[in-house]
Amino acid sequence: MKKLISGLTVTLLALLMGACSSTPSKEQEGAPVVDAVQRPITTPKQPPVQVVQSPVTPAVIEPPTQLTGPASLKDPKNILSKRVIYFDYDSNLVKEEFRPLVAAHAKYVSQDPKAKMIIQGNTDERGGREYNLALGQRRADSVKQMMSVLGAEGARVETVSFGQEKPRVEGRTEEAFAQNRRAEIVYSTD
Amino acid sequence: MKIIINLLFLLHFFSVSGAYAQIRIEVIGGGATQNPPPLSASDYPCNYAAAGSVKQHQVVIAPFRDEAGAKQSQSVSAVIAADLARSGLFKMVDTAGAKPQYEAEQVDYAMWRGRGADAVVIGSVAATADGRYEVRFRLMDATQQTQITGLSYVASAAQLRLTAHKIADAIYEKLAGEPGAFATRIAYVVRRPGKRFELHVADADGFAPQTILASNEPIISPKWSPDGSRLAYVSFEQKKPVVYVQSIATGTRLAVANFFGSNSAPAWSPDGRRLAVVLSRDGGSQMNLINADGTGQPLRLAASASIDTEPNFSPDGSAILFTSDRGGTPQIYRIPVSGGAVQRVTFEGFYNISARHSPDGRTFTYIHRCGGRFSVAVQDFASRQLQVLTEGAVDQSPVFSPNGRMILYASEVGGRGILAAVSSDGRVKQRFTESAGDIREPAWGPIVSK
Repeated sequence: MKKLISGLTVTLLALLMGACSSTPSKEQEGAPVVDAVQRPITTPKQPPVQVVQSPVTPAVIEPPTQLTGPASLKDPKNILSKRVIYFDYDSNLVKEEFRPLVAAHAKYVSQDPKAKMIIQGNTDERGGREYNLALGQRRADSVKQMMSVLGAEGARVETVSFGQEKPRVEGRTEEAFAQNRRAEIVYSTD
Repeated sequence: MKIIINLLFLLHFFSVSGAYAQIRIEVIGGGATQNPPPLSASDYPCNYAAAGSVKQHQVVIAPFRDEAGAKQSQSVSAVIAADLARSGLFKMVDTAGAKPQYEAEQVDYAMWRGRGADAVVIGSVAATADGRYEVRFRLMDATQQTQITGLSYVASAAQLRLTAHKIADAIYEKLAGEPGAFATRIAYVVRRPGKRFELHVADADGFAPQTILASNEPIISPKWSPDGSRLAYVSFEQKKPVVYVQSIATGTRLAVANFFGSNSAPAWSPDGRRLAVVLSRDGGSQMNLINADGTGQPLRLAASASIDTEPNFSPDGSAILFTSDRGGTPQIYRIPVSGGAVQRVTFEGFYNISARHSPDGRTFTYIHRCGGRFSVAVQDFASRQLQVLTEGAVDQSPVFSPNGRMILYASEVGGRGILAAVSSDGRVKQRFTESAGDIREPAWGPIVSK
């Protein structure tokens, strides 16, 4: 098995190197033009499908969990594609309008034993950074608690906080603050 | 502006009266007098520090002999003068037109006293045979015409600036009667455009900033180890808050708290062996003690159903101040490190956070919301007396200088983060550093004796 993996890695690296040499990535745009001119354009070694636009790590050869997960998480028509829960000022109460969303994710996690999620709590920028981190944690915990009641296993739902550090909208308007007081649901397969 | 006018007036007054000995120029500053904006129901009026005066020492820092030969961007004497002036406790006497004076017998006391000087600093910089420099200074009493102190240092070219800070510390200690904190370092976080975050370490005067960590994710809460060799901080690089400890000299770093959930708010124990951190792994935000080398298991400090965060050890290591909303609003509490009864220490207002002990442990500084603002306050443990020191709209993260004289904090000007400092009596205010970046999260390193 180890041999197979290292073999795969070598193949993958070779593919990557081939792809890089024939496909200029963003970083290479500033490379000397001479180099590009010297390369014969008429003899592409790789078919177009080999183009690798972003760096691929050997982690790709692990079981492709993403394919086994239901597409429902990304389907815009499915409630599971909705991932953001907004909160009122100084509140960690999950409002009525977001309960179906939370319930849908709780159900998904309880039904798929491989599903793992992180709930990220956030606050607006008013107040202290560390205290806001704790308030954001409380929002994430509040969502988790609701999911637990609905059967989601605690060990597969991690709650973390970004406090005020990762605003969705910059600025000091009430609208921006309202957009930033939120919890976001992220799956390990996202 | 008012401060400058008053100062000029007083200068004029004293120069005419000729009262040279023990001259104390009074600068009126700090102690806010503005009327706060109308209060909302949840707000609280500001109890500003009383307007007061600062007694300033009039000091001559004469140019040092051969200091131009050391090819520094700023001469030794200029660094000393800038340090002392920044403290607000010293007024530099103009040296324009004075004859060179490097040795005790050359000092023209009559002239300096005519310019209002209490004390005169003279000195020299001499290249040594091994390519270093010998820096000497003498601090002379202008009235008694005697030497108060005099020291000699040998330093490499790269250490000349530090040497100047050490000289400023020696002068400060003799004249102000408390240790100086000029030969220290600060740390802070810079946010660059494009959401790039850098953790910087710089001299206490903002000189020679070095980036010790750069990340595309936020960095908060840097805290110096008691020996000044390491920084603990919270980095979001793993898409969650994780506490790291990094050696400043080697850059080696270790995730010391990376548990399920959030890890934040590191605070060093005075012996540098442990950290108090806030973990959410047990639910909520709760304080734990961990080893600073990342070994062992966290030890829960207190258990509550509320937010307990921002721990800060007392200088003797026996107690911890922290922020908690167990009473309904965020307030400062104290708990013995060995466990025991939690005691509330702030009672005024509805939002008191980010407490830090003074180096002598008698007072603490924190952020107090009043008058529609988040202001820096100090409070005496014994008298419980609260004094509001600043009027910034969104001041954050106050921290004492290691000699307890100044409080460094994050503020904002024109929507951009800056560092500012205020003396612990509110009478001296400084804009601490100027830089093109958005600066926040200051930390002030210890006085490290070598």
